[in-house]
Amino acid sequence: MSQPSVLLLRTAGTNCDEEARFAFEQAGAKVTSVHVRALCENPKELAQHGILVLPGGFSYGDDLGSGVVLANEIVQRLEEPFRQFVERGGLALGICNGFQVLVKTGLLPGPSYRAASGNLSPAGTSIMYTTLPATLTFNDSQRFEDRWVTLRVEKSHSPFLDGHAGRLVTFPVAHGEGKFVTRDEHLLKRIEHAGQVAFRYCTSTGALPGYPENPNGSQHGIAGITDETGRVLGLMPHPERHALPWQHPRWTREGLKAEADGMFLFKNAVAFAKGA
Amino acid sequence: MAETNLYRIEVGLREDQPDPAAQSVPAQFRSLGLPAPDRVRAVRIFWVEGAFDRTMAELLGRELFADPITEKAAVDAPVYGADGSFVRVPVHGAISGNAYVELEETVAKFFRSKQYNLIFDLGEVTEVSSAGVGVFIGAFTEAQENGGLVLFENIRPQLRELFQSLGFMDVIVLAEKKRPEASPPPRSVEIVRKPGVMDPVVASIRKALLDRGLSAGYIGTGRKYLFWGDLSDDTLRAAGRRILANESIEEVHVDRPAPVHKISGAAEFKLVHVPLKGKDDAELAQISKLGCLSLTVPEMRSIQAHYDGLGRDPTDVELETVAQTWSEHCRHKTLKGVVNFTGPEGKKRYENLLKETIVKATESIDHPDCLSVFKDNAGVVAFDDAWAVTFKVETHNHPSAIEPYGGAGTGIGGCIRDTLGTGLGAKPIANTDVFCFGRPDASFDDLPPGTLHPRRVMHGVVSGVRDYGNRMGIPTVNGAVHFDPRYVGNPLVFCGSVGLIPRNKIAKAARSGDLIVVLGGRTGRDGIHGATFSSVELTHESETVSSGAVQIGNAIEEKKVLDVLMQARDQGLYSCVTDCGAGGLSSAIGEMGEETGADVDLDKVPLKYAGLTYTEIWISEAQERMVLAVPPERWAALKRLSDDEDVEAVAIGTYTSDQMLRLRYNGQQVGELAMSFLHGGLPKVEREARWNGPVAPPKAAVSEVRPALDPGDCGAALKQILGHPTVASKEWIIRQYDHEVQGRTVLKPLTGARDDGPGDAAVITPVLGQTKGLALSNGLCPQFTDLDPREMAKLAVDEALRNAVAVGADPAKTFILDNFSWGNTSKPEQLGSLALTCDGATEAAIAFGTPFISGKDSLNNEYAVHGQPIAIPGTLLVSAMAIVPDVRACVTMDLKKAGDLIYLIGETREEMGGSHYHLVLGKSPIEGAVPRVHLAIARETYTALHLAMAQGLVRACHDLSEGGLCVAAAEMAFAGELGMQLQLNKVPIPANAPQRYAPEVLLFSESPSRFLVEVTPDKQEAFERALAGIPHAQVGFVMNDPWLTIDPAAGSTRERNGGFVHEDILELKKAWQGAF
Repeated sequence: MSQPSVLLLRTAGTNCDEEARFAFEQAGAKVTSVHVRALCENPKELAQHGILVLPGGFSYGDDLGSGVVLANEIVQRLEEPFRQFVERGGLALGICNGFQVLVKTGLLPGPSYRAASGNLSPAGTSIMYTTLPATLTFNDSQRFEDRWVTLRVEKSHSPFLDGHAGRLVTFPVAHGEGKFVTRDEHLLKRIEHAGQVAFRYCTSTGALPGYPENPNGSQHGIAGITDETGRVLGLMPHPERHALPWQHPRWTREGLKAEADGMFLFKNAVAFAKGA
Repeated sequence: MAETNLYRIEVGLREDQPDPAAQSVPAQFRSLGLPAPDRVRAVRIFWVEGAFDRTMAELLGRELFADPITEKAAVDAPVYGADGSFVRVPVHGAISGNAYVELEETVAKFFRSKQYNLIFDLGEVTEVSSAGVGVFIGAFTEAQENGGLVLFENIRPQLRELFQSLGFMDVIVLAEKKRPEASPPPRSVEIVRKPGVMDPVVASIRKALLDRGLSAGYIGTGRKYLFWGDLSDDTLRAAGRRILANESIEEVHVDRPAPVHKISGAAEFKLVHVPLKGKDDAELAQISKLGCLSLTVPEMRSIQAHYDGLGRDPTDVELETVAQTWSEHCRHKTLKGVVNFTGPEGKKRYENLLKETIVKATESIDHPDCLSVFKDNAGVVAFDDAWAVTFKVETHNHPSAIEPYGGAGTGIGGCIRDTLGTGLGAKPIANTDVFCFGRPDASFDDLPPGTLHPRRVMHGVVSGVRDYGNRMGIPTVNGAVHFDPRYVGNPLVFCGSVGLIPRNKIAKAARSGDLIVVLGGRTGRDGIHGATFSSVELTHESETVSSGAVQIGNAIEEKKVLDVLMQARDQGLYSCVTDCGAGGLSSAIGEMGEETGADVDLDKVPLKYAGLTYTEIWISEAQERMVLAVPPERWAALKRLSDDEDVEAVAIGTYTSDQMLRLRYNGQQVGELAMSFLHGGLPKVEREARWNGPVAPPKAAVSEVRPALDPGDCGAALKQILGHPTVASKEWIIRQYDHEVQGRTVLKPLTGARDDGPGDAAVITPVLGQTKGLALSNGLCPQFTDLDPREMAKLAVDEALRNAVAVGADPAKTFILDNFSWGNTSKPEQLGSLALTCDGATEAAIAFGTPFISGKDSLNNEYAVHGQPIAIPGTLLVSAMAIVPDVRACVTMDLKKAGDLIYLIGETREEMGGSHYHLVLGKSPIEGAVPRVHLAIARETYTALHLAMAQGLVRACHDLSEGGLCVAAAEMAFAGELGMQLQLNKVPIPANAPQRYAPEVLLFSESPSRFLVEVTPDKQEAFERALAGIPHAQVGFVMNDPWLTIDPAAGSTRERNGGFVHEDILELKKAWQGAF
């Protein structure tokens, strides 16, 4: 089987591409970086890769809200290639700003939620908008915060999380708009019942916490979700910033781990892409 | 094009969302002593002009401008109705079965967001179960308990009967009587940027519209605040000015819609000459002043003589070019000038102060790893065989005083551009930030006119650095904040940037025939006269007259420039690069073309808007621009790359070979200057300097009110020092900075069991995945300048080095930077203390073998209040960058394990002058002996400790600084959530000490070059062997019991006033965390 290929989507304000590349390369993937302008001109490029990554950053400065301008660009210009990519079995990972983009396109929690939660907009533009079931909005603390958090890997059928359900991991968060909110309780329950919650903020003993362990006030401590297929994953915390044991904030107290917590996710993705 | 319409789109939070503005703004009113509004709503405004209809504008409002879940939008209408205090809750159909649960949840959502005024319109409700009525009654009661009111409208007859039978109808009727009379409409304050002030959001909106196939004409943004309550016009105006807006860049409109500012009009070309021929000194001074040139009379004379020789007068752009190039900011003429020093020990003459001190230190150390020092935009040092690291620290003081957010943002932006402009471009991998502010608890009445409150300056500066650094994706890993009342009118903002560059990309030179290419942002009127402005004293009119000097940054533009530059560098597309900083193109091209000469067509420079004169184009300090020298055969490739990344690159001229600078506008020559005159014509400055011993700062400047302390109550003093803003936790700042982005950060700024203890230095791995590291630290101790500037400088160098060594850095591979911020150095006393500082820093650097690799000075940090100047304390920031051989041997300051041994390394002496102990006791800042660095033994100490750490003999290490032993012990204990027991009679003191010191001295003296170290018992022997010959002693143990206990001696009586400390570490932590 050939080396799995990762396409790293970059645009103005992307800034976590280097560490995302590092983590995937450490997991054995080949990583190609492409600017969204180039991908718009040649959307077929997407089909050449098994894994698509939307790294963190401040795409277009998050000037109209986190991820909004890039989400708009994807919906308007890349909707079809993205849909096909997911349908034919590709993996997509959105970290931090990438997660915000995926939620604001409607790719997360997925197409079935869009169809279920509203009608076509009056102007007949894309259904990805107007009917969005969820958002990532300003932290309850009302400010950008950088801190390490404990997360519980939830039970799901996502290939990213295969074999790790129930595990507690430590990743950093660094965002100002990471509070996961759904349009109503019903949608939230549906996401939970469908096994689409990927990560929850928790205390070191695994319980559901308040601030600051839940750093942004997300509903039900949700830190990351997948789409209906489990192949599209988005999360606010940064697994790629815990790809080396000495990145952990307390390694001088607790010792260096054999493998950094974030690596399982990248390795799982690479293994899945290899088998696909 | 079809008919275009201009839409005004308002966006606000939905009523059931928490509204932070509504909660924080009234408190800010009260803090200013203004009557507070009952309720506030914040609204964002967008103006969009385009050939589309209202339905489309509404769609854009919903999909693009408002968050789909939390916000709502309105086109050409207010997003909040006049009666903003009540929210109508939608209810319809039958409220039976389980439907009441949904209703209950809806109500709870409003209450959670503190919305307690609700109206239930029951016109479409057909049926209500008893559970449903229960929800209404519950809502009514809870609202009432929280000062709110629930009203019911359109109650159908059956419902009325039901309510009556339950006795609820009487309550409804009674409540109806409390319904406010048609409440007066809210007052509004609208805020928009002044014409020409950078607004990064506009470009993002334009892009998003284009992606939807819509092309827009005018786009603008603004914000609006709605206020309910009885507020006067004066209150709103004051609030607008002092809380909501900054009038140096924004306009405030009370109770009226803000106007739409479209900038139009073209500059009328007119070549202007400035007559200098035959002018006397007074006239020349006047010309300099009127033109904001900041040129002195001797300098004007030199220019006059030069043009007399040419037989003509200078054009305005020529005179401006000289003024920018010769500015203190660009040329550092004081530090490079002649200084005649008179002190108690006699006279001394420096022909070039900088060269004979700081630069001499570097030359005499001659460190083999220094690759490029004092010549490029940053110092460059070898990291390994393939890579070099760069470091530059800049000040951005004056702009930050006037517009803290923009000033600090452009400060860090400019410093990052220095990194991009070092060698052929270094990649920024870490930022540092150090600030000096007035006391955060200063009373508004004590503020000099025209100054912003220190708290506002602090919040603005922190946000500015945060938004720029975070958006650029550069971790901010090290910093410090120092507070002193004398910074109130003149805050200091030091921004540092560390870069990584391949060693074969360090050399650069513009070649004759290369194209002059401007890369990045467009040019506007931003920051005109920034270079000359930063070289003059601020006055209380500064806020109103200097708006042109304030720039607003656009971090994303700079990130795009970085993305292009790194690719272009690796493809070899240019031969030289520098940043556009102070002086704009005039400085950048003037410097790059010094050896070649340059022809520039100013009309080719891309502009943000029409109307700039050729001179404005030339000296504009618009941000996010780099200047490149591009060989003609590489230009097409560079242009293509820039286009791909959506960055503007324009060739505006050519580097020539005749060493002349020629400026043209629309083909006509507007300036012609010999590079030799521009760079060599500046007359040397000769200044007098004097030092007469310690001077107490003016009484007015040191008013600090604090509870009286019993000098013997050391526990209370410890808590006071821990709670002093300079010492206290800066977690609220640090958390707002991304210190993890890029994945390089190994030791974080916050450390310990709960990631919240104060780390001594940050450590990063410049090459991701490798274990070789780089420590970043700083030394800053202006509290000693009044007492002894020379010792202060040594202390600052010692502190920077000490912090780096404390985490495991190699003292023999430590490189330092100097940043001087001083008062007006044309005053001999100010220059005297600066000269002594340079001497002290030099002496320390040579003794430690730590070369200076870069530096910067910011003089004239004085603030005039009605003619009375207040100078800042002379402030030297020493920043250090040090190699860590293997990051896996790094050590943090938090205690690790009960039973471990605690060692104190270094001697404690009776050096209480300028100490924080004296500060909290309210003693004069110049009372007592200044701490002295014993350079030779300090160097040996650092070498020995480093070796011990490299061998893994140290579990925790913390340097002793503000507050001495006692504060260091407390911090180690609460960071590690373990106790510590120490015995004071074991503390090493000099053999020749006159007597055993008092406990306060041993606890709080700030003698330098000391560490508190944790060692496991099994390593004791090896550790002591490693420290042989260095003053050290085991002074205590790590305890499980979470108390800090310090006894004067074993078995001494535990009385509170005997220098005995016995404190709960959680209480100590609380004192340390509670300052802000």
